[in-house]
Amino acid sequence: MEEDIDTRKINNSFLRDHSYATEADIISTVEFNHTGELLATGDKGGRVVIFQREQESKNQVHRRGEYNVYSTFQSHEPEFDYLKSLEIEEKINKIRWLPQQNAAYFLLSTNDKTVKLWKVSERDKRPEGYNLKDEEGRLRDPATITTLRVPVLRPMDLMVEATPRRVFANAHTYHINSISVNSDYETYMSADDLRINLWNFEITNQSFNIVDIKPANMEELTEVITAAEFHPHHCNTFVYSSSKGTIRLCDMRASALCDRHTKFFEEPEDPSNRSFFSEIISSISDVKFSHSGRYIMTRDYLTVKVWDLNMENRPIETYQVHDYLRSKLCSLYENDCIFDKFECVWNGSDSVIMTGSYNNFFRMFDRNTKRDVTLEASRENSKPRAILKPRKVCVGGKRRKDEISVDSLDFSKKILHTAWHPSENIIAVAATNNLYIFQDKVN
Amino acid sequence: AGAAGPGSGPGAAGGDGDDSLYPIAVLIDELRNEDVQLRLNSIKKLSTIALALGVERTRTELLPFLTDTIYDEDEVLLALAEQLGNFTGLVGGPDFAHCLLPPLESLATVEETVVRDKAVESLRQISQEHTPVALEAHFVPLVKRLASGDWFTSRTSACGLFSVCYPRASNAVKAEIRQHFRSLCSDDTPMVRRAAASKLGEFAKVLELDSVKTEIVPLFTNLASDEQDSVRLLAVEACVSIAQLLSQEDLEALVMPTLRQAAEDKSWRVRYMVADKFSELQKAVGPKIALSDLIPAFQSLLRDCEAEVRAAAAHKVRELCENLPAEGRETVIMNQILPYIKELVSDTNQHVKSALASVIMGLSTVLGKENTIEHLLPLFLAQLKDECPEVRLNIISNLDCVNEVIGIRQLSQSLLPAIVELAEDAKWRVRLAIIEYMPLLAGQLGVEFFDEKLNSLCMAWLVDHVYAIREAATNNLMKLVQKFGTEWAQNTIVPKVLVMANDPNYLHRMTTLFCINALSEACGKEITTKQMLPIVLKMAGDQVANVRFNVAKSLQKIGPILDTNALQGEVKPVLQKLGQDEDMDVKYFAQEAISVLALA
Repeated sequence: MEEDIDTRKINNSFLRDHSYATEADIISTVEFNHTGELLATGDKGGRVVIFQREQESKNQVHRRGEYNVYSTFQSHEPEFDYLKSLEIEEKINKIRWLPQQNAAYFLLSTNDKTVKLWKVSERDKRPEGYNLKDEEGRLRDPATITTLRVPVLRPMDLMVEATPRRVFANAHTYHINSISVNSDYETYMSADDLRINLWNFEITNQSFNIVDIKPANMEELTEVITAAEFHPHHCNTFVYSSSKGTIRLCDMRASALCDRHTKFFEEPEDPSNRSFFSEIISSISDVKFSHSGRYIMTRDYLTVKVWDLNMENRPIETYQVHDYLRSKLCSLYENDCIFDKFECVWNGSDSVIMTGSYNNFFRMFDRNTKRDVTLEASRENSKPRAILKPRKVCVGGKRRKDEISVDSLDFSKKILHTAWHPSENIIAVAATNNLYIFQDKVN
Repeated sequence: AGAAGPGSGPGAAGGDGDDSLYPIAVLIDELRNEDVQLRLNSIKKLSTIALALGVERTRTELLPFLTDTIYDEDEVLLALAEQLGNFTGLVGGPDFAHCLLPPLESLATVEETVVRDKAVESLRQISQEHTPVALEAHFVPLVKRLASGDWFTSRTSACGLFSVCYPRASNAVKAEIRQHFRSLCSDDTPMVRRAAASKLGEFAKVLELDSVKTEIVPLFTNLASDEQDSVRLLAVEACVSIAQLLSQEDLEALVMPTLRQAAEDKSWRVRYMVADKFSELQKAVGPKIALSDLIPAFQSLLRDCEAEVRAAAAHKVRELCENLPAEGRETVIMNQILPYIKELVSDTNQHVKSALASVIMGLSTVLGKENTIEHLLPLFLAQLKDECPEVRLNIISNLDCVNEVIGIRQLSQSLLPAIVELAEDAKWRVRLAIIEYMPLLAGQLGVEFFDEKLNSLCMAWLVDHVYAIREAATNNLMKLVQKFGTEWAQNTIVPKVLVMANDPNYLHRMTTLFCINALSEACGKEITTKQMLPIVLKMAGDQVANVRFNVAKSLQKIGPILDTNALQGEVKPVLQKLGQDEDMDVKYFAQEAISVLALA
């Protein structure tokens, strides 16, 4: 762990100038593709920005792996639902890459209501030669056409195009919180507060409802779906988490409608810890399968938990993300921060997990050594190739050098979205409108 | 000469220019027009372009250009893939058919399935035009390239090409082809395994029987136990083709264990597939195995815990029974199928019940009169009282099968309340569905029964508050008149329709006109002139413009049926008056009628 983190260098960061930063620039999702060559971000303004990793070059070894902007496009536009008098935000809630099927790349992006399938492709040739126009585009006298010219393709500067391939709309009454691609490569699901739908990539006018927890009477509503994900290898298995801190695992083989779960993961509540906020802070904000498919990780307000699929009654590991906030829940409730939805990610080998906190801090936990570290993504230490220093928050009265007191944490600087390269130690951290990419020191 | 001044259109130029080239030049340029419709148009005329260029230039210039044009919209690529399948003549005949492979190869790797499938279809077509030598020199290498491509789109496309080149290849190449197919069956990506599974049956058919047993069967067994149920379910389809190729002993030993397993698969989608393909499977395995193996499997599918599976099985009940060997059929159905059907009649799921209702009537022809009355009739009657309207509708829509066997009278006592209830259902689509069965019912129940019980329903629909129902009711009347004759129409329908002309609601008054439009032809000249025309003419003075212009439309419609006297003496003045109406729509339709009827 020590070598993992302490030798980590700042590799690159993409900063939009603070003075021009607007609400629309706030990054709302970050996701590596399956090879890690590409990294996509979505923002509140409905844009998707894709970064591509530079090819390794012999003479510039230290520059290896820098990510540069590859393509930027407007994925969603603000809309208005006239029937319900509701504004539909353009904010990108989630991005998911599809397994690569040909030379082009495909991703799903979603806002609250509509999922779109985008194709990102390269073009490096362009046709030349017209019959009715000359090289400068002037019309030719038809009388002078004595032979036919077939256009010829000539090389041109590389152009990256993003084209919308499918729009999956009109299937969600509530806000979509998750999308997840199935390992069968032909379906994906989209989950909103009360329902989960299953789609085929080829079919946009029909989806199957696989989970529906909407009670007949909305006044009896006690929990909502907060996140959902497919198993990485078993195409029939998926999990969804709820605002009550529980996780349900469903098997699509058992029946067409997965209203009955196969497994139910719940940790019994400790009565001594009960308070007004218990229910709010136990709400799960993210759920992720490990790459191996053996474990699931959940994030609630104060902790990250790792569950073994074979043990439903309690998590096998629980990590405190920022336990020092337990005494501040009252003020966090008042400023609404208690409802922040932090996400969590696994590293490529499932040995380390990462999740965000406040004050631009993010946390990493090594599952084997049980060591943990707090790091900060900030402009001050974001000089390229600088080494990140671990940060500490002090809880007691005595504040040591290099420590920061709980009371001086900035709660407006929160790290909700992070991503980990699928095979290497490269991470992407979204801090409001900045994206930081860190990687292991390169020797 | 030749200077294209203002006004001289394209192609009008003379002199040095060859005018026949101009339209072709336009087509070529429009291959890259910004407007996708124009590009599509050009692609669809690709043969014209190729013809103008000649075989040489088509091969050396046009095809290389098209090969790199895979950036285009799907519909353009689809059209291109289709065109290239018929291009052999345009590149110089079978000797040059291989020139078409590069563009089709790149189309076979695009992400859009319909385009890929079309490219594969065209490749299959072209493969037949290759000489055996060219096939091995060009086509087989292409298949191998696709089969070992980096992207799964190319490997999925390869799956569809094995069966066309295999029969014509030499033995050495055949072995290679089988090897490639084998590796695709165990590909890492489920997409490719699915493509291979779906082509397994087709490939098996062109293989030597020995290879089917030693190679295809193991592949089939593997795919049928794939970890992904999306792959396993496709193996069920392959089972149909493979079963047809094997002897009964081989079938029993090699395929049946897998099929039995599929019918009890953990995944409902696989069991659904077995249910869905049941008739094909039944035919493929032959009567003996069907009886010993498939009937028990079918029973468990009818009792499956997943409603989708039960519904799929229920759909197959009739076909299954019909396909049983005539000898002993009755016993099998009565003892082994009917008890399960009886349970499904009161299933908890309405889709299951309605699936059963859509086929159950067909059993009466298989079982004969006595069994139908004793065993099926109680089921029909129960279904006619089902809470779900779809179940009742499905029973009513298939009445003809029962009618042939036992006559409909047996059912009429229960039928009537069911029909009345559907006729008054709160959902207009349900009402619409029952209206559509009225002519059929009328034919089977006879005129007396109809007049007594159903006529009032048909008239009530004419004043339904949903237009679609009123419209359907109007058409229904026409069909009834065709069935029962004009005399019946004159006595029972026409007076009631004409009364509505005085209804305070203008929509009902218009319904009178719509009915007249529909009925006039069936009723003939006499009734139309004497009874209907006076009413139509009277309505020309209606205060609602919509009624008036519909009068004009009606007159146009019934005009040809009327005699000339009435047309000149009565219709013409009214239309002329309407032609001066203050409402522009009325004027328009009146004038249209005048010109169509040649009354000007």
